[in-house]
Formats: sequence, structure tokens, C-alpha cells
Amino acid sequence: MALAKITSFTGRAVAVPGNDIDTDRIIPARFMKCVTFDGLGEFLFNDVRKQLDGTLKPHPLNEPRFKGATILLSGANFGCGSSREHAPQAIQKYGFRAVIAEGYAEIFFGNSITLGIPCVTATREDIAKIAAAVEADPTLEVTIDVTKQEVRFGGQTVKGAIRESARDALVNGRWDAIGELIDGLPAAKTTAAKLPYLAA
Amino acid sequence: MPKSLFQKVWDAHTVRQLANGQTQLLIGTHLIHEVTSPQAFGMLRDLGLPVAFPHRTFATVDHIVPTDQLVEPYTDPLAQAMMDELRKNCAQFGITFFDRASGKQGIVHIVGPEQGITQPGTTIACGDSHTSTHGAFGAIAFGIGTSQVRDVLATQTMALSALKVRRIEVNGKLRAGVYAKDVILHIIRTLGVNGGTGYAYEYAGSTFDGFSMEERMTVCNMSIEGGARAGYVNPDETTFAYLKGRPYSPQGAAWDAAVATWKSFASDPGATYDDVVKIDAATIAPTVTWGINPGQGIAINENIPSVETATSDDDRAGIIEALAYMKLPPGAPIKGTAIHVAFLGSCTNGRLSDFQEVAKYLKGRKVAPGIKAIAVPGSQIVALQCEKLGLDKIIAEAGFEWRAAGCSMCLAMNPDKLIGDQLCASSSNRNFKGRQGSTTGRTILMSPVMVAAAAVTGRIADAREVFAVSNN
Ligand code: SF4
Repeated sequence: MALAKITSFTGRAVAVPGNDIDTDRIIPARFMKCVTFDGLGEFLFNDVRKQLDGTLKPHPLNEPRFKGATILLSGANFGCGSSREHAPQAIQKYGFRAVIAEGYAEIFFGNSITLGIPCVTATREDIAKIAAAVEADPTLEVTIDVTKQEVRFGGQTVKGAIRESARDALVNGRWDAIGELIDGLPAAKTTAAKLPYLAA
Repeated sequence: MPKSLFQKVWDAHTVRQLANGQTQLLIGTHLIHEVTSPQAFGMLRDLGLPVAFPHRTFATVDHIVPTDQLVEPYTDPLAQAMMDELRKNCAQFGITFFDRASGKQGIVHIVGPEQGITQPGTTIACGDSHTSTHGAFGAIAFGIGTSQVRDVLATQTMALSALKVRRIEVNGKLRAGVYAKDVILHIIRTLGVNGGTGYAYEYAGSTFDGFSMEERMTVCNMSIEGGARAGYVNPDETTFAYLKGRPYSPQGAAWDAAVATWKSFASDPGATYDDVVKIDAATIAPTVTWGINPGQGIAINENIPSVETATSDDDRAGIIEALAYMKLPPGAPIKGTAIHVAFLGSCTNGRLSDFQEVAKYLKGRKVAPGIKAIAVPGSQIVALQCEKLGLDKIIAEAGFEWRAAGCSMCLAMNPDKLIGDQLCASSSNRNFKGRQGSTTGRTILMSPVMVAAAAVTGRIADAREVFAVSNN
């Protein structure tokens, strides 16, 4: 399966600040009553963005000036909690293509990479700089260079780190492992035959 | 070289290295449920792939099932659609499904152990973050996303990077009225909600040696709340005694061979760890959360934090956000906080021993007026065990509604939900904003006996005082 090589991405950004933003907040459980991921984008951050009657609450994603942003900025331990892939799916279906945060929960990070969403890590100070620049000019273009592990915006460059296995997977177009895993199926059967509980 | 259980299981299940440096890891046992699997089957169909090892995947239905309606079609058509989809997928791909009619249905993390499917020295994956529960048996168990569910269905493997291992030793005897739930709430409070990032937790020490399998499951269950991808306890005689005679446990001569294999997976004395943490069991108090993540916990006799108690800017921001959501008075005792709902159940504390312990204290007591109290067994088998012992009657006579098995109000994907800003004393594992089905609903996590104490007093209470608790 030929996958796109994700070496860098340029787009406008929006900051959704806060630490420990959990996947229940990213996509509340009631929207998981579905058998496909289609349509999840509409409910991204639903309960912090909308009142029960659907009217909008103050939230960065509700501000017209940030419409069309494709890079999400956030804080530490982003995506903690449930393993639901509905969370990165909602982020992607909403229109985001990349995330810059101080850190990620493990499962969320893995799920996102598998969907080809670069999740880069930057320091709090650097994220604040990007957020300030975007706040001053929401049309500012931000570039995430996955190959060089840096983020460029408005003439500034900061570090945007990404774990080597994920960086390799993105830039070499193997972020969805399924093709490689299928190639390894005969080897998997050999490994299984050596384990009593699977050989039986 | 001496190795930890994690290393041994990882090595035994390594298929090969992938180009990006990750490992293609064989997943011995795959568990699925209705919420995170339908899209994975959809992806399989799109790719035209079969299920590689259909006999190694087991399904049940737990999140969306109503606990007060047994007959289909369910009132909620979306819930019924998910039920139908799982049934169809299992039938088409030849997967064993513990449907409600089987009498074996329940929360996936309760069904696996109960059936003897969860075994030591194995790898387990499930599209659910609390898969870490199965680590109680000395399995390495991963919660995964839906694309990985697809990977495991198609290849019985997935791509993973090895984890570091932190050994958490708890030694000594727990004080009266302190339970396994308090141990894990204490660990998360101490190490933080992301303290476990990149780690598997190995729980050890004399406290764990003395724990039953159900207590070990309660702790391993919430490893994920501490940020750890997996958590486990080394298998021992307690593990083997639990597994003996279960439907999927090895039988006859195969049993002895299996026990020998299982023993060989236990961590070697002298194994090296990336980190070691030691905790004295006697320092652990009945613990409750006050905020909006499971690390925001305090001992029952402590006061609700205020911004003045913040230890860092982050902590300060966290306290402000949590207090605003929880509508709790900063600096006041948590004890005495009025509750509206009491929930007993979930994959953390929905097992036989939980209901036994609670029934011991609820006997002859009454839920306080105006409190909605529900008790939801984690599986149909747990329900039956409780009913045989008459626990359901004791619990119902006290004023709890005795429901059918499922996840219920742990995440409220079924009709069991908080209303408005109701405050719930809950034996579940997550207190995130909106977790229990109302966008302004509030959750305080605690042990089942503490939930019972809150139910009968209508307030967050110290169960040791309410019930004159003594262990044993
Ligand atoms: S009981 Fe709660 S935490 Fe456990 S599997 Fe169900 S929803 Fe998830």
C-alpha cells in the first residue's frame, strides 16, 4: 500500500490551551454510538464548544478568525484517558492535519500516527510563542517540518520533536503499519507455533 | 541475564523488527466489544482481508447495553444498531461472541478472566484502554485504537515500541477500611496522571502477594489512569488457583504443563528495572478524588485543595479548572459533601468480592432519602454469583437498584446517566468532565465500601466511621 510521505505540513494554527485534555473531552462518549467514523468532526470538543441546546460557548474553535486552521496547539498529556480512536478521527475529520503539544498520552499518540497525523512535541515556551504569533495574526502560516523536527512561523524557528519510530514512519510513508504487518504474517504464524497456548 | 516478566513476554511474542524500528508483536488473545470494533471490521472489508486467527478473538457487548432492558430491540436504535453490527461481524468472521443469551456476557475485562481466557505469559489486546486489567494475571495487555484492532484482526500482530518497566512495590498490611482501589488511587495521586508515560508498571511487594486476583485486577485496571500503557502482577499460586477449572483454562495434563510455563514467565530475582518506587501500605488512607482527573485525589480526612496549596503553576491552573467544574469549596473538608447518586460497578469494582464486601456493610442499612443508588454487576456470571448468595437482595433492600450486567454509568453510553450537575459517588475509574453522561455531571471516585457509606449518609463519608469497618 503506497502511503503519502509526510515530511512537512504548512497551515494555519489555533490554540486550544490546557493540560490533561482527555479523549472524553475531545469526543464525548455519546457520539461514539456509531458504526463508522464519518461525521465525527462536527462533534470535536463538543461539550466545551456548545451548550446543550446547540448554541455556541466561547471557544477558540468557534472564533471565525480561526476557521480553516489545520494545526492544533495544546498543552501537556494531550489525549489522555480512553483508547478511543474516535478522538484522533474527530480531530482529522474536523480538518486538522497536525498537532503541536507539550506531550501526549501513549495510546492517543500511536492512534494519531497510524492515521498520518504528525503529533510533534514542543516546549511550553515555544508553544506560547507560536500561539502568540497566531493570536496576533490568525492567517499566519505555520510549517511543521517532520524531517528536521522543527516548527517555523513568522520568521521564527523552534524545535518540534517527534519520536524516531514515528518520524521514520511518517517521512517514509509507512505510518499505517498494515502492509508491513501483512508481509510478516508467515513469520507471525511461526512465532505462534512456538507458544503452547497458541499452538494448541 | 535476569529478566522481568515484561521482557520475557515481549521477547517470546516478537515476530520481527519493522523498518521504523518498532516491533511486530504477536497478540495471543484479542478481545473486542461493540464500540471500537465495527469500524475495524469495516476497514477489513474495504481491504478485502480475512481474520487471520478467528479462534483467538473473543467478543462481548458491554458499553451500550441497557441495564434495565433485556429484550431487543433496545429503545435506543443506535444501541441496537451497534449490537446488530457486532453480531453480524462475529458470525461472518467466525468469532466467539459472549452475547447476552449465552449467560456469559459482561464487561470485556471481567469476561476474559472469568472464562479463563486471560492467562499468564500471554499478550492481550483490546480496543479499550482498561485492557491493562488483564495484567493482574501476568499477561502484557494493551489498550489499542480501532486501526490496531484492524491490524490484530488481519494479522494477529501489531506494531509497537517496547516499554520501560517501573516496579512499584507496596509492602505491608493495609489498614482496616483501605482497599485495592485506594492503593491505585494513591499510586496515581503520587506518581501523577502522566507519570507512567512510556512505562509498563510491575506491581509487587507483600501487599500484592497477599491480594486476591480481584484486588490485583482493580489495581492493574487503573494503570492507564496513571499514564502507563500496561500494568501487571507476576503470576503465583493465587493466579493458578483462580484459573483452575475455568472454561478456557488448560485441563488435565495440559494444566501442569501450562502452570510450569506460566511460572517461567515471572520476573527473575535480580531483574533490572528502569525505575523502582516503594510504598508503605500503612501510609495509604481511604482515598477519594475531588477534581476532574484521577490524579486529583486526597485522603478522606484531607481538605479540598485551594489555589494556595498549589505546588506549581500547572497545579494551580489544574486546581482552578477542577474547582470551577466540581463546584466544591476550596479548603473545606471533602467529608460531608452532599451527593445525589451512588454508583457501584464498572470493570474496576464490579466483581463478586466488591459486592460481597459492600453487602457486608449494607445489611440492615438504608440508602439516604433522595439518593439514586444503582448497583451494576460487571458480568452476567457475577450477577448470578451474587444472586446465589442473596447479595442482590441485601443490596436492593438497602435501596440500591440491582441491574443487569454492563458498563452502565461508568461512561453512560447506555440510558444510565447523571442529570444536570448531579454529584456521583462512584466505584468506577474516571472522573473526567461529563464522563457519567451529563455535560455538567460530577464524579468522585472511591472504593465500593466508600460508595456504600456515601449512599447511606447522602454525603461523602469515611466508611470506617459509618460502618465501624474492620478488615476481615
Ligand atoms: S466499565 Fe467503564 S472503564 Fe470499564 S470498559 Fe466499561 S466503560 Fe470502559
